[in-house]
Amino acid sequence: MSAGSVARGGGGPATEIQLQGLVKSFRGPDGPIRAVRGIDVRIAAGETVALLGPNGAGKSTTIDMLLGLLAPDEGSVSVFGRPPSQAIAQGAVGAMLQTGALIRDLSVRELVGMIASLYPAPLDVEEVLELTGIAAIAAQRTQKLSGGQTQRVRFAVALVSNPELLVLDEPTVAMDVEGRHAFWATMREFAARGKTILFATHYLEEADAYADRAVLMAHGAIVADGPTTEIRAMVGTRTIRATLPGTDVDALALLPGVSGAERRGEAVVLRCEDSDAAIRALLAAHPDARDIEIAAAGLEQAFLELTAE
Amino acid sequence: MRSFVYTRYELLRTLRNRRFAVLSVAFPVLVYLLVAGPNRNVHDLDSTGLSAPLYFMIGWASFGAMNAMLSCGARIATERSVGWTRQLRISPLSPRAYFRAKVLTAYMMALISLLALYVAGASMGVSLRASGWLEMTGLMIVGLIPFAALGILFGHMFTPESIGPPMGGGIALLGLLGGTFFPLSGHGFLPELAHYLPSYWLVQASHVGVGGQGWSAKGCVVVAAWTLVLSLLAARAYRKDTGRV
Repeated sequence: MSAGSVARGGGGPATEIQLQGLVKSFRGPDGPIRAVRGIDVRIAAGETVALLGPNGAGKSTTIDMLLGLLAPDEGSVSVFGRPPSQAIAQGAVGAMLQTGALIRDLSVRELVGMIASLYPAPLDVEEVLELTGIAAIAAQRTQKLSGGQTQRVRFAVALVSNPELLVLDEPTVAMDVEGRHAFWATMREFAARGKTILFATHYLEEADAYADRAVLMAHGAIVADGPTTEIRAMVGTRTIRATLPGTDVDALALLPGVSGAERRGEAVVLRCEDSDAAIRALLAAHPDARDIEIAAAGLEQAFLELTAE
Repeated sequence: MRSFVYTRYELLRTLRNRRFAVLSVAFPVLVYLLVAGPNRNVHDLDSTGLSAPLYFMIGWASFGAMNAMLSCGARIATERSVGWTRQLRISPLSPRAYFRAKVLTAYMMALISLLALYVAGASMGVSLRASGWLEMTGLMIVGLIPFAALGILFGHMFTPESIGPPMGGGIALLGLLGGTFFPLSGHGFLPELAHYLPSYWLVQASHVGVGGQGWSAKGCVVVAAWTLVLSLLAARAYRKDTGRV
């Protein structure tokens, strides 16, 4: 398949979104900052893809280039076989950007309706207000909303456009727990209509629970790209921490399920591939271990390990 | 036609911002009454051939209208700073429709300002033929085009925190040099310079009100040139301004 074309019919899903060799640098105080350093991503129609990475990985810059808000220094973007600006002009793209407040002096219903009026095939405004849980505040002026409510309205603005491609940049950051659940339930339903969704997040759990596939970014490059189950296995290490004075850490590192061990004062920290096996082996060998904590390694930690190699 | 709803809500939003709407109209009216009141019986102000109430009416109407056009820039700066402009850019709203809504909103506020000043002028004894009012208003509407472009240019160049000085300073400077606040007199560099400013030609619209000539060919060329240059700069600023603010 040639670059930029859309293959329809005949073997395998069509590549609908294609990012090819994207490079972007910004001017910084100490010379150029290479925010994105050559990434390639293909997304098929109907896929839900998570762009996963710690802060500063280049996720937002990538999304800005995908949406045509930022011109890449090198490389090309194709959205449904067209340049982003064209796909956007035709109403094929909806997005919830990372930063953004609302304009004032309109009611929530008016604002969502105004955006709906710009698109060729919008969803019903009342339905969207209901779906996003803002029907009760539909008559309120936008400047009177709380942070969580604002975030829901922004989601309604992205959703009402009923786009073929929905792009969400860290959508749940300012949401409360309840808001998050409602948000993802709505997203699932939207994905079930055959829509293509790309969302950026730094929560591994969100990528794991809601995406078909995760693209891992760190330092402006893609470090892994695959089904979320594989990604989880790669970065899903856990640590066991226990107070255990006077034991040999090198021996602990050899326990089943343990990939590394280090001593921190009276405590030891075990990095585990299989924390279930590791904790059984640890307690069998050292029944006197106290203050045991088992924790999922943070994504940041996992990325450091992935990118250190 | 899709942008019709957008334009309608833009107009509505501007009117709903009561403090802005009321103050931007009330201020020039108030100053006008203070300035023209003591000079109500001056029939030829500084040998302009215009009565003081008429001259000041057009001057302060110009001021209110310039202010309305540039305030459009302040609203753009605010929308940019909260990320709304980026949200609009990823919608099918075309730049043309976006600018049309912004310019129409600016003109709505400018016309309200003009009308308020006309009413204040009439209360000071300004009396013109119906065609005089209409021609004068028509010329001012044309004369405001460069200010619409200037507002958009400022809106995409400055942040809400930094737009105050260029906006206020710009209006003060153009007003002072263009004869908005008081007639220009004498000869020399400054009165000559005035002929090349768009604010001067706004005030000159008052001459048609008393049956005089409106703009000379020079006036048309000056206004057209400002419109062209500022529109190009505004379009360039809009294209470059896609980043996060």
